[in-house]
Amino acid sequence: MLSPIDISALALRLAKLDEVKGRSLWADARLRFMRNKAAVAGVILLLLCAGFAAFGQLISPYSYDYIDFNIMGHAAEMGAPSWAKGYYFGIDDQGRDLFARVAMGTRISLWVGVIGTAISVLAGTLYGAVSGYVGGRTDSLMMRLVDVLLSIPFMFVLILLLVMFGKSLTVLFMGIGFLSWPAMARIVRGQTLTLKSREFIEAAQATGVPALRIILRHIVPNLLGIVVVYATLLVPDIILTESFISFLGLGVQEPQTSLGELISEGAKTMRYGTLWQLAFPMGFFMATMFGFYFVGDGLRDALDPKDR
Amino acid sequence: MIAYIFKRLLVAIPTLLALIVISFLMMHAAPGGPFTQEKQLPAQVLANLNAKYGLDQPIWVQMGRYVWGVVVHFDFGPSFVYKDRTVNEIIAQGFPVTLSYGMTAFVLAVVVGVTLGVLAAVFQNSWLDYVAVGISIGAQVLPNFVMAPILVLIFTLWLGWLPGGGWEGGDWKHQIMPVIAMATAYMASIARIMRSSMLEVLTLNHIRTARAKGLPTHKVILRHALKPALIPVLSYLGPTFVSMITGSVVIDMFFSTGGIGKFFVDAALNRDYALMMGVTLLVGVLTIIFNLVVDVLYAWIDPKIRF
Amino acid sequence: MKKHLLLSTILALVALPAFADKNPRTGEDLANNQDYTYRMLDSVKSLDPQLISSVEDSDVARGLFEGLFNEDGDGNLVPAGAVSYTVSEDKLVYTFKLRPESKWSDGTSVTAADYVYGWQRLVDPALASEYAYYLELAQVKNAGAVTAGTAKAADLGVKALDDLTLEVTLENPIPYFTKMLTNSATFPAPKAAIDKFGADWTKQPNIVTNGAYLLSEVVDGEKYVEVKNPNYWDAKNVIMSPITALVINDEDAALTRYQAGELDRTDVPSGQYPHLKEQFPAEAISTPYACAYDYIINMAAGKGNEALKDVRVRKALSYAVDRDVIVNNILQGGQTPAYSWTPPAINGYAMPDIDYSHWTQAERNDKAKALLAEAGFGPDHPLQLTLNYNTSDAHKKIAVAVQQMWKQTLGVELTPNNYEWKVHTDKLIAGDFEMARYAWCADYNEASTFLDLYTGYSTNNDGKYSNPDYDKLMKDAKGMADPSANYTKAEGILAADMPIIPIYHYAKVDMIKPDLKGLPQHDVMQFWYAKDLYRIKQ
Repeated sequence: MLSPIDISALALRLAKLDEVKGRSLWADARLRFMRNKAAVAGVILLLLCAGFAAFGQLISPYSYDYIDFNIMGHAAEMGAPSWAKGYYFGIDDQGRDLFARVAMGTRISLWVGVIGTAISVLAGTLYGAVSGYVGGRTDSLMMRLVDVLLSIPFMFVLILLLVMFGKSLTVLFMGIGFLSWPAMARIVRGQTLTLKSREFIEAAQATGVPALRIILRHIVPNLLGIVVVYATLLVPDIILTESFISFLGLGVQEPQTSLGELISEGAKTMRYGTLWQLAFPMGFFMATMFGFYFVGDGLRDALDPKDR
Repeated sequence: MIAYIFKRLLVAIPTLLALIVISFLMMHAAPGGPFTQEKQLPAQVLANLNAKYGLDQPIWVQMGRYVWGVVVHFDFGPSFVYKDRTVNEIIAQGFPVTLSYGMTAFVLAVVVGVTLGVLAAVFQNSWLDYVAVGISIGAQVLPNFVMAPILVLIFTLWLGWLPGGGWEGGDWKHQIMPVIAMATAYMASIARIMRSSMLEVLTLNHIRTARAKGLPTHKVILRHALKPALIPVLSYLGPTFVSMITGSVVIDMFFSTGGIGKFFVDAALNRDYALMMGVTLLVGVLTIIFNLVVDVLYAWIDPKIRF
Repeated sequence: MKKHLLLSTILALVALPAFADKNPRTGEDLANNQDYTYRMLDSVKSLDPQLISSVEDSDVARGLFEGLFNEDGDGNLVPAGAVSYTVSEDKLVYTFKLRPESKWSDGTSVTAADYVYGWQRLVDPALASEYAYYLELAQVKNAGAVTAGTAKAADLGVKALDDLTLEVTLENPIPYFTKMLTNSATFPAPKAAIDKFGADWTKQPNIVTNGAYLLSEVVDGEKYVEVKNPNYWDAKNVIMSPITALVINDEDAALTRYQAGELDRTDVPSGQYPHLKEQFPAEAISTPYACAYDYIINMAAGKGNEALKDVRVRKALSYAVDRDVIVNNILQGGQTPAYSWTPPAINGYAMPDIDYSHWTQAERNDKAKALLAEAGFGPDHPLQLTLNYNTSDAHKKIAVAVQQMWKQTLGVELTPNNYEWKVHTDKLIAGDFEMARYAWCADYNEASTFLDLYTGYSTNNDGKYSNPDYDKLMKDAKGMADPSANYTKAEGILAADMPIIPIYHYAKVDMIKPDLKGLPQHDVMQFWYAKDLYRIKQ
């Protein structure tokens, strides 16, 4: 067994070690990330999706909102994907080019997913880490606030946002961030509670490192694993939530569209002989999710402080 | 621990009061009321309705009356839209339904998710890992509004094995599809969180030591690794259980189960204030209880945890 | 579960011998099973006849309760609770003779006092029914005053002269008074049960009814089952039992369950009628329905879009809407393009000759372009507009199509704004819109239910359109024996001023099992009575 003196000496050494290594943290992580083949494949997959989202519209001969009134309402008979007609992905049941719409949907959904998740991760991680680390009454108060936020009827939050600020993507991001960060905060706080009692934190405390510094330098890096995983779970969740929020009149409005919207339209019509309406948006959704997963997994491995 | 639980339950009272006040103010600030309709009601008819439901009173009086009714009589008031029923009756009927298939889905998601996650972590980068990850991503991109119609198409229309909807007092045949449609995505999320958390725990010193000492893998996992690795899953389950209840609207709509999830959305869209408050309080109580249970479990898993 | 099975088996056994194997009215061979299961969109909100405000609740209530009149399959009045009636010379006093053999399910007779009680209840401020205005609409004496609390219930213009004679006094004569008496709001009410159970009287087993069916099983939010009432005065002609309404919110799910044999009738999702008609020609049925869909234009001073105050702009926009595309390519369910507000299928209504209704779309488009250019809008000065609609698949599709039509033919830049239902309605009432989607379903089968809406004094005229000539025509119509000429003229004024853009008239599009008979074929109100239904042997 180590004596208390040994422990504090060890802590000092560890803390120093951390400072030295800390400088090369990001360079180190990048190197390890680049060595991870799956992660690189994930990046490429995401870049391809993003490229399609950004430039897909330019390839299509049709605009995302152009309705061909001759084939409108006859998607099942005349709307199947056709290279010759320029409808690479077929048409939707409104007579619009699905290729252009999937490109637009992917673009909007990527934005919504990434920004919404970023807001939720930032707010949730900081809030949760502070609450868990400080503990006591502060923790109790902060977590009861989370309880309230998790329970208030979120539809009214969204409706009020809409009424106060009107329709815009910014309001959509605010609404989505608002909905998703409390759950993130709970997870981060739970993890912080266990981290707090680990030796290296106790050691840092013993050497008088200020609380904020401990949170940012020691707690948060050790949370990254779970945060990254939860973030990759949050992205698809947020993308699908968006289609529900649009239902309330916030955010993406027809004739603009999003992947969530396209998928729910596809799911509604899948029985009626227009399976491509579900397959293409679903395909891009899935590709994006795999991309995020591999990148997330790679990031987790690369940033894991224990592997350093 | 008993003292801690007792304290938390005491704090629940101001928490719920805050919830009531915030929700009340938000509901009334939102445009439209329970009797706003396309065929507008004549002013006099509207005035009578407002008087009947107390909406002609100042909002503080309405709130006070509401709290009084709930605390003293456990009466959540009449529904403004479902006029033959009180909020107590609606919740008493819908909540057990949701709880019944929700609990089954919850247990299924946890058991399958945790198992899948542990296996994927222990056999990292083996085919088992890839299959588990593949399944979980696949399940995640199949949201319940896509799952539900696919299930009905296969099991009702093509195979004719299961009824396409209804509840029939909780008959097992009516529960299968709602449970699957609900559990899939959650199962996938749990598996992913479990896998990552397990991977992290497996690198901890005492686990490495235990393995180095030659303990068989399954013993290491079950005795030493599983408990600490469950913490992030637990944190996730608190809010998730509640969102399963509120998010069951798709299941209720698609499978006509008569559960409470549909009322959660309907009450908001109809501005059925009393029903909305009733459901909100239900969700609040569940949130508080589940997060308390999660916190107690933290302490059980890791005795070193201090709140 | 077992208990239910047992119960329904017993009920089936009891019900079966009640009728022969032929329909007593038509002589058709009947099938062995005579149960009927249909889809309901949402749970019953109320079964109290005076509190009912939704179409689906009244469908259930028409089985359980009965008022003075029913409608037949063509929308004509058939005596039900009343056997005959007389009208005074000045058309202000109606005297109804009630059916002596009509009974409540607790065994007591249905008396004139029950009608008086029901009607007084309807306007009672304490009950606060959303349909309280219905008797005022029907011009029943003092109805408005009782609702306002300025007159006593006893002053309402309805009296029981004796047990079987009911007298109704009107404030002003209206030609369609008796047509309004099929609405459940005017049904009698069982006073004893209501006094005893209060608001719980419609629950089982408290409920007391007087219709062809008894309420047998209620699982709120899931299903409502009615069985034949053996004591109903016309029980020998009631064939179908039990009647089951299943609550299924999602119409695609409902269609799947219909195809799996779980339902006898369900609604066809928009756009799916042609495919279904091809596959199941005997089952996919479309019948006209007394509802109209339009875009209303905000004409209020200082509100809305100034460009829309110019009649040329309004006409241009209306002309450029290709209604055939909306009806044939989007809705695809037998709906009809609307060039006038009132549906032509409404009883006793003659549509005026509206010029643009018989132009080709190309002609309309040319005219629209010319009008818009005349009003000063063109490529260098495009017209920018917004259109509010409430969230729904069909509304969205129509809005998006109209946006493209205006963009492709007129170069108009339209922004469709969808809102959740209550926000949409709130904006409508507040006049906070430029153009907005609107729809109206008939309260009774007569044109004034539509045309009264756009009078300057109407509370539902959200666009605040006002034309004194129009108002006078509609006011005068109230006292006329045959007001149809006025309706035609009024509709002509609407077409000339174009304060609304009529889009289409509804159809009820259903999948109905082919052996099911007795559903209305020509009633635009779509009132159906479970007691008229039967299954034929195939």
